[in-house]
Amino acid sequence: MRLTCTVNGTEQEVDDVWEGESLLYVLRERMGLPGSKNACEQGECGSCTVYLDGLPVCACLVAAGQAEGRQVGTVEGLADADALHPVQQAFVDAGAVQCGFCTPGLLVATHDLITRTGRPSDAETREALAGNLCRCTGYEKILDAVRLAADRMGGDR
Amino acid sequence: MEFLQPATWAEALEAKAAHPDAVPIAGGTDVMVGINFGHLRPALLLDLTRVDDLREWTTGAGAVRLGAGVSYARVITELGDRLPGLAMAARTIGSPQIRNRGTVGGNLATASPAGDAHPALLAADAVVEVASVRGSRRIPVTDFYTGVKRTAMDADELIAAVHVTPPSGPQQYSKIGTRNAMVIAVAAFGLALHPDRRTVGAAIGSAAPTPRRAPAAEEFLAGELDALWESRAELPTEVARRFGELVAAASSPIDDVRGTAAYRRHALSVMARRALTWAWTDYRNDAKGA
Ligand SMILES: Cc1cc2nc3c(=O)[nH]c(=O)nc-3n(C[C@H](O)[C@H](O)[C@H](O)COP(=O)(O)OP(=O)(O)OC[C@H]3O[C@@H](n4cnc5c(N)ncnc54)[C@H](O)[C@@H]3O)c2cc1C
Ligand code: FES
Ligand code: FES
Repeated sequence: MRLTCTVNGTEQEVDDVWEGESLLYVLRERMGLPGSKNACEQGECGSCTVYLDGLPVCACLVAAGQAEGRQVGTVEGLADADALHPVQQAFVDAGAVQCGFCTPGLLVATHDLITRTGRPSDAETREALAGNLCRCTGYEKILDAVRLAADRMGGDR
Repeated sequence: MEFLQPATWAEALEAKAAHPDAVPIAGGTDVMVGINFGHLRPALLLDLTRVDDLREWTTGAGAVRLGAGVSYARVITELGDRLPGLAMAARTIGSPQIRNRGTVGGNLATASPAGDAHPALLAADAVVEVASVRGSRRIPVTDFYTGVKRTAMDADELIAAVHVTPPSGPQQYSKIGTRNAMVIAVAAFGLALHPDRRTVGAAIGSAAPTPRRAPAAEEFLAGELDALWESRAELPTEVARRFGELVAAASSPIDDVRGTAAYRRHALSVMARRALTWAWTDYRNDAKGA
């Protein structure tokens, strides 16, 4: 089937999509957007987190056809042409990236968290990122990165 | 595989009547796992996410009519005050990403003994509204689960909504697992005190082939509370302990990778005792506030 949706602000159209395919597969294999990672395909790890109509979801659990006509936002859409997004820069600066596999999902989830709450408490951060697994960092540096990003983005409560 | 995307509820029911073996998909958090792992290969996927009616909730005749397609995230943010037990259960489900997609209708249709909506709905005497081109009918949630992952729905039916009456007293939900997020319950317990009717709803999850109520525990507690509703006196610890025992006795758990039957029984008795203690404290404090 044909699928048309808006990804990072640009309308995308792809053909020959299998009806049982996930949005994650479409993004990675058909649209050339491999930023969202495929690790578990069962919603457990969060490395495929993307925005769907403004809400963070696991792209591996969205059937391709369910994205028809919808707005999708991926990690590729965070940076602008010449600079990383402050959330991305904070992850780099805080040392929150090791192998990097979990990072795209965490960036989208963190972007959503800071956009919604300004300056999240650590408890809010732990809750908001509970669906994103990282096997490398032990999470402390990720918490540092979230605090740093919130500071730099000037959010207050 | 075919993919149908009805735009209206009438079209969805027609599609299900024409293709009774079609697999509906709402949030996809159960269905897509099945497809991704090759356990599920439906000839037809029936996407319900375009049917706006399913994503609405309304209040009327004293009850909230919760559309089958309302996500857990929305139950939490929009209905936390009206449906506290269900909202508490919803907060324990998966992760934010799962709660943004997963729906109460999907939980009901999957009818897993571990589904977190079930004990809350059972304790609150919820009623499931199912529909087909033949018409709609209401099934008390107590009669909805007919076996392991089996429900009282016919092949041509879809879940339209679930009706839940906002409580006249405190509700609690308690779940035990290895971590605070992203866990299938090892055992779960839902409690609703109904001071208006002087009854109690108590229901267990993950500790029997289906979610189920604990009738002996409900009757025992209602009997004990008969003398206490009015006075709002302290609850004797012996009553809470006995209530926990009776809840555990209502289960018929198995040993599996998540826990042993004995552990589940013990956990249920502790959760039920604590949930009752919290709920009764809330009830007593409510009187002070009023
Ligand atoms: C990582 C992860 C964590 C999870 N954690 C939990 C948890 O903690 N607790 C819990 O209870 N569950 C959990 N689940 C399971 C799942 O999220 C829930 O069962 C959820 O409620 C399913 O809803 P859905 O809308 O995503 O359903 P879908 O996957 O779209 O559908 C589920 C089933 O319902 C049917 N269906 C959907 N809507 C209707 C309808 N209107 N009428 C008839 N049939 C319908 C589908 O055909 C399918 O059989 C988890 C899942 C994942 C992937
Ligand atoms: S790949 Fe989607 S959650 Fe792991
Ligand atoms: S940095 Fe390796 S999984 Fe998180």
